[in-house]
Amino acid sequence: MSTVAAPALSVKNLTTEIRSRDQWHQAVRDVSFDIVQRETVALVGESGCGKSLTALSIMALLPPGVGRIVGGRVSADGQLISGIADAEMEKIRGSRIGMVFQEPMTSLNPVLTVGFQIAEPLLYHRDLSRRAALARAVELMDLVRIPSAAQRINDYPHQFSGGMRQRVMIAMALACAPKVLIADEPTTALDVTIQAQVLALLAELQRSAGLAVLLITHNLGVVASVADRVLVMYGGDVVESAAMPDLFQRPTHPYTTALLAAMPRSDRSSETIAPIPGQVPALAEMPVGCRFQSRCPLREVRCVERPPLRPIDAAGTHHVRCWVTGGAP
Amino acid sequence: MSPTTTTVTITNSPPTRISTWSRIRTSPAVLAGVAICFTLIVLAVLAPWIAPYDPNRQGLGIQLADPSGAHWLGLDSFGRDVLSRIIWGARISLWVGVVATLAAMLVGSTIGIIAGYFGGTIDRVITMLTDILLSFPQLVMGLLLVAVLGASLTNIILAIAVTAAPAFIRLARGSTLAMRERDFIDAGRALGFSDMRIMFVHVAPNILDEIIVMGSLWVATAIRTESTLAFIGLGVPPPTATWGGIIREGFEFLNDNYLLAVFPSLAILITMIALNLIGDGLRDATDPRAPQ
Repeated sequence: MSTVAAPALSVKNLTTEIRSRDQWHQAVRDVSFDIVQRETVALVGESGCGKSLTALSIMALLPPGVGRIVGGRVSADGQLISGIADAEMEKIRGSRIGMVFQEPMTSLNPVLTVGFQIAEPLLYHRDLSRRAALARAVELMDLVRIPSAAQRINDYPHQFSGGMRQRVMIAMALACAPKVLIADEPTTALDVTIQAQVLALLAELQRSAGLAVLLITHNLGVVASVADRVLVMYGGDVVESAAMPDLFQRPTHPYTTALLAAMPRSDRSSETIAPIPGQVPALAEMPVGCRFQSRCPLREVRCVERPPLRPIDAAGTHHVRCWVTGGAP
Repeated sequence: MSPTTTTVTITNSPPTRISTWSRIRTSPAVLAGVAICFTLIVLAVLAPWIAPYDPNRQGLGIQLADPSGAHWLGLDSFGRDVLSRIIWGARISLWVGVVATLAAMLVGSTIGIIAGYFGGTIDRVITMLTDILLSFPQLVMGLLLVAVLGASLTNIILAIAVTAAPAFIRLARGSTLAMRERDFIDAGRALGFSDMRIMFVHVAPNILDEIIVMGSLWVATAIRTESTLAFIGLGVPPPTATWGGIIREGFEFLNDNYLLAVFPSLAILITMIALNLIGDGLRDATDPRAPQ
């Protein structure tokens, strides 16, 4: 029997707290997932649901004094990377795990050339010579489809459009050939046509490099087009996790159902869009038990106790955290 | 006819750096300042060849003689050629002004970036010490340091650098605080860069223009401080020619020949004006709120 390879990224029972008004509140609760190579896992949810915080926790980039990991473990390729020394973590960030941010307009240093910024991780992590790193930067710019890369290597970020800058960000994140890419709302700030191009590029790079991708988004359309597996988050909890077509075909948690009903779709008239009533409570005011209960149409008495994340299908790939809808298969 | 493909490259905004340069280049005030400073630097560097006489050679003629064809700016109380002494004095003044300012820029900015970047206790301690230094009038501080260290060229540079550093600490700290919130700093961290690299490769070039503007203005202040120290007798010891020193000597013989004090004062005045023209021009050119 061959040994099963460790997942490229594994998150187990991650719990993260953030501080507001001198009180620590759980903003990511007991989140677990694995991503294997060539797989895209999407974290979906509204603003403040803890999806970006999950990414920052994995990268150990929580601002000190504001956020802290209080439980769980993160490992990459079977190696524990949570709770390790800063110096050790610096060797993993950018080298073994790349990250792409939401704002390509501001995530590049305005006074450094694009070529240098793409070459910099190679200079820093791989000790390449300047010449070799810049040569590699041109290849990377070609790889992310930046036209006439060799001519543009000495250009500054302000000479690039938003979509091109996001390509630069992707090239930077992939410079050291990491196995894991965390993309935090990579297309949110882009025009719709550019979004599609950037997503197609990410998908292509993923196939060719065998990347494991953690995609963080609030856009279900993006999820539908690229994800293999989806984790829906609400109030720091994973409320539903399912393989890709399954989630859209059989949304089970009341929040997932509501989220899909609230999504504008070309095959439905706009009158059928149903907004979710109420708003996400502040962390300090989160209800005890199921955190969605204050907005849930199916609320019952037992919802004051926190439901477990239970499988609802025989294969055990579709999990739901709900007393009412998440019964055994 | 075959279809033609036209490639259009659109640059969304004109590069700010170029417009900064064009604003500097087209400002007559800045150009005048640059011309004067350039002349001064040439004079200072070429002093051994340009100065008509040895600045320390005594008894060239009648003591305190008026300007004449042989001695354009006259002679001092030892019969030394004043023009030669002023040209040689430019070396000291410019050297002290530039080196002290560069030292203050380098050390002050580094400390300021560290304070602004790390924040917390480090920042509080640095800010407190800076405030203490800033509470002394600059001249008093310089005086105190030279008095303690002893008057020599190195000590004067050191003293002036120490008095100038707090201004750079404050500037760099403030700019770094603003820079720290920028997304590209987080992006750098996500790429695994060390704090050192983020501070000095990513933050520093972004705040450099402000530091250079400040530096150009501080060169003038440093030269003025050096001259003042020399005037009150805490400059580079005689017989070395310094502008402040010549004024001091002239001041003693004000009733006999007031020109001896006037010429070095003019030299200082012209230098101050030139440096401030450059500094103000740079400031205006890099000011984002300035009308385009």
